[in-house]
Amino acid sequence: MTRLAVRKTYKLYIGGAFPRSESGRTLVVEGANIARASRKDLRDAVRIARQAGAGWWGMTAYNRGQVLYRIAEMMEDRHAALSAASSEAEVSRAIDRVVWYAGWADKLAQTVGSSNPVAGPYFNFTVPEPTGVVGIIAPQKPALLGLVSRVLPVIVGGNAVVVIASETHPLAAIELAECLATADVPGGVVNILTGQRAELAPVLASHMDVAALDLAGADGDAAELERLGAENVKRVVHGHPDRQSLYEITPFLELKTVWHPVGM
Amino acid sequence: MVPAEKHGRTAAVVSKWDYAPAPEAKDIVKIQDRYGLFIGGKFVEPLSKQHYTTIDPAHEEPLAEVAQAGKADVAKAVRAAREAYATTWSKLRPSERAKYLYRIARILQERAREFAVLESRNGGKPIRESRDVDLPLAAAHFFYYAGWADKLEYAFPNRKPRPIGVAGQIIPWNFPMLMLAWKIAPALAAGNTVVLKPAETTPLTALLFCDVLRQAELPPGVVNIVTGDGRTGAEIVAHPDVNKIAFTGSTEVGKAIQRALAGTGKRLTLELGGKAANVVFDDAPLDQAVEGIVNGIYFNQGHVCCAGSRLFVQESIYDAIISKLKRRMSTLRVGDPLDKNTDVGAINSKMQLDKITSLVQSGIDEGAEIYQPPCKLPERGYWFVPTVFTNVAQSYRIAQEEIFGPVLSVLTFRTPDEAVEKANNTPYGLSAGVWTEKGSRILAMAQRLKAGVVWANTYNRFDPTSPFGGYKESGFGREGGLHGLEPYLAFDE
Amino acid sequence: MLATRSIKKASKVFALDLAIRCMDLTTLEGADTPGKVAALSSKAIRPDPTDDSIPSVAAVCVYPNLVPTALERTRGTGVKVASVATAFPSGQAPLDVKLQEVRDVVAMGAHEVDMVIDRGAFLSGNYAKVYDEIVRVKELCAGKAHLKVILETGELGNYDNVRRASLLAIAGGADFIKTSTGKVTRNSELPVALCMLEVIRDVHEETGRVVGMKIAGGIRQSKQAVQYLVQVYETLGPAWLTPDRYRIGASSLLNDVLMQLRKEKTGRYQNPDYFTVD
Repeated sequence: MTRLAVRKTYKLYIGGAFPRSESGRTLVVEGANIARASRKDLRDAVRIARQAGAGWWGMTAYNRGQVLYRIAEMMEDRHAALSAASSEAEVSRAIDRVVWYAGWADKLAQTVGSSNPVAGPYFNFTVPEPTGVVGIIAPQKPALLGLVSRVLPVIVGGNAVVVIASETHPLAAIELAECLATADVPGGVVNILTGQRAELAPVLASHMDVAALDLAGADGDAAELERLGAENVKRVVHGHPDRQSLYEITPFLELKTVWHPVGM
Repeated sequence: MVPAEKHGRTAAVVSKWDYAPAPEAKDIVKIQDRYGLFIGGKFVEPLSKQHYTTIDPAHEEPLAEVAQAGKADVAKAVRAAREAYATTWSKLRPSERAKYLYRIARILQERAREFAVLESRNGGKPIRESRDVDLPLAAAHFFYYAGWADKLEYAFPNRKPRPIGVAGQIIPWNFPMLMLAWKIAPALAAGNTVVLKPAETTPLTALLFCDVLRQAELPPGVVNIVTGDGRTGAEIVAHPDVNKIAFTGSTEVGKAIQRALAGTGKRLTLELGGKAANVVFDDAPLDQAVEGIVNGIYFNQGHVCCAGSRLFVQESIYDAIISKLKRRMSTLRVGDPLDKNTDVGAINSKMQLDKITSLVQSGIDEGAEIYQPPCKLPERGYWFVPTVFTNVAQSYRIAQEEIFGPVLSVLTFRTPDEAVEKANNTPYGLSAGVWTEKGSRILAMAQRLKAGVVWANTYNRFDPTSPFGGYKESGFGREGGLHGLEPYLAFDE
Repeated sequence: MLATRSIKKASKVFALDLAIRCMDLTTLEGADTPGKVAALSSKAIRPDPTDDSIPSVAAVCVYPNLVPTALERTRGTGVKVASVATAFPSGQAPLDVKLQEVRDVVAMGAHEVDMVIDRGAFLSGNYAKVYDEIVRVKELCAGKAHLKVILETGELGNYDNVRRASLLAIAGGADFIKTSTGKVTRNSELPVALCMLEVIRDVHEETGRVVGMKIAGGIRQSKQAVQYLVQVYETLGPAWLTPDRYRIGASSLLNDVLMQLRKEKTGRYQNPDYFTVD
């Protein structure tokens, strides 16, 4: 007799846990019932991300780097499960990309920051800091690599994110969420919502407590989302879906310059 | 109601509270009877056919026989490094190199306790230090530099960085694993291969490290470990196919290496001795400053190149500082390095103990006033009681020469300018400490002190991201941070 | 780095025993009743009914209304009764109300008074006001009850303030200085306690005067209690390792210490069900 499989329930990933949508709705995508996030789920996710962001930035850079490296460890361990939702080649590239970004955690201050030789008896230095809660509209494809390429550069700088996952290929996003949950990533640093792009994106773009917006996955609606973001002067970024560069990290950093007199 | 006599005890005043021994278990690490040289990814017998015994300085007990590498052995190691460089390591994608280094870091984290115990047994430092400082930092160095391996063009934009080739590295006995990490991590991240000689008296953790390399499946020949004394080091320095030498050790040997390399075109970095000034101003929080002073000179038995060995106290707080210092010294526990309550461990070797003893005698002879708290030392092993000299003049040997032991010399000053002048009045320039509440004064002192590392309101803090190295005769080149990559790279401009 | 200690075997048993002898077993809840305090007092006198070698604690610590019950239940046993006063925990009441509370509590017969300093005044820089209040409270206690002054270090913000408040309290006449009320989020912490011990040490050295130390709030595990005792030993020496000079205000700590002591005796890790909850 063949054995009946126990099927996975695909839920949202918010605050380190996997809740269903408060609306109770689902969609059928890629042969599974996917949670259909509502504006309230998104509202909750932003609130949780804000709290989690403080703790995330409060960790040492070394600690953050290790957590991000562990995401790669978990992904490697789940290579087969991730490949089923994307492809083996894509998974390997995604894992290596996570490792690449993990290595930046304790190097940003030295590459992006500076001590500035002002014309006076002052010690003056510039340090990078995270901008805050970042909303990401993930690329539709490649679902896994695109998601990793957008999320990692944002969180390595200390930000917390609320992601609207690919609408057409959401399973990879939830598989990734399971890797995050087992990688010691503090709950709320990454929040992933599956559902309908058209319903959720404007809510994210107009939310007053979202500091920056990554429109990597926006298509026709990019201009409108940008316009909505202007109300709280969001930093709007058109992130690249498949690139690794320091300059995917920097748009999500603020620079703080400090002065102190020098004298006996 | 229960009678008072049965349950209400009068408080007995205790006269002494002895902490019971709290030994760290030794059996976590297996030490072989005999080691060969690690060349080309495996252990081989030395062609020199010579071995020597390495001991546990706290008990004067032999731990193992290790090889004394001769000229032919060194040549073999360099050949292995060169071949690995040419055929494997330089051909790997940098992100693959990075992943090997990440593996090494993670394995070191997993086996940290094993290494800490071995480090304390072979070297003499307290288990609390090897467990809480040396090993975590060593792993962190590998983790940090792993991340640079595939990002070099960001660290040196427009310079087209590339590896140099084979690096010869010679490290000291005071922080064996940490020094190994400081050397190997950036060298490998930059794409070089390595021949490393651990110090004569502390070879064992480097040899155990070879097992980490095996677990990490590092390609053979990328790292080669050759043990031996100064003669082995000289062979590495002299070998024509080594492109770069990195040395940490005494200033005397550093100068000899610099002379030997003159005209050869080989790259060189030196991290040598120091005689750091630790300056305490009258507005410093006194108890906190005393903790810093004690940490500065008694941490690792004072076997620290950047130790705060000259204390400069502003005259107005002199009495308060000295009395608090002496009282704090009396709570330091000298004893078995493997006991978790030990603060000050064993002196690394008989030779070093003799050197300390002789310099301390010179202090007494020259007229300084010595204080040593009452301290019961174990019978066997090499030990020195934490010592402080007051009434020290700048010209005394104990104020000029590096003692490399738990011996502090105290001098005074009246004005900040005087403090700076005296602090800089030395051929060394590795580190300095400043204790004051005033921010502007911290920055002004930092600006004027001729030292590669300045600690303000703290001491002996290290981090893989923080560049470390000296001015003047304390050496040149920096280790740690982005700057620590530079010595291991060749550039177009 | 140089001040962490690992305490084993006989030394550990000594420390645990000392922790009990120095404990102020505390209940400070709005819901406290005479029944609750009666049970607490029994526990204070005889922490472990199955083991006669376990000593009594130093004192019970309660709100003013429960002082009569506590006194009655501990009479003749050597366990003292400490009462909080001066609008504990906030201290935000008019001075005459606070002083009357102290008068009442002393008149009832409490052996010890735990007062709070006016943090509002302290943080506004009105140090003279803070000092004056302590002096007045001490006047009401002198010769009848010993006075502990609670600094509420978790509200003071930095170590400089802790040192300043400690000196002020001692100058005002404190017999003990105490870290916390246990009613705010930040209570006793090792570095803060060290700061206070250093003040006690400096005062003793400069004047010969003996002031005691009490830690309170958030000390739930034996390991923590032992760390605090080591800190005392290494800062003030063995003379302060006595309930006359050192107290630990706690409630759930007692059972944890009992469990640890039983583990040392039997070699087995323990189960809370085997220890009374009073």
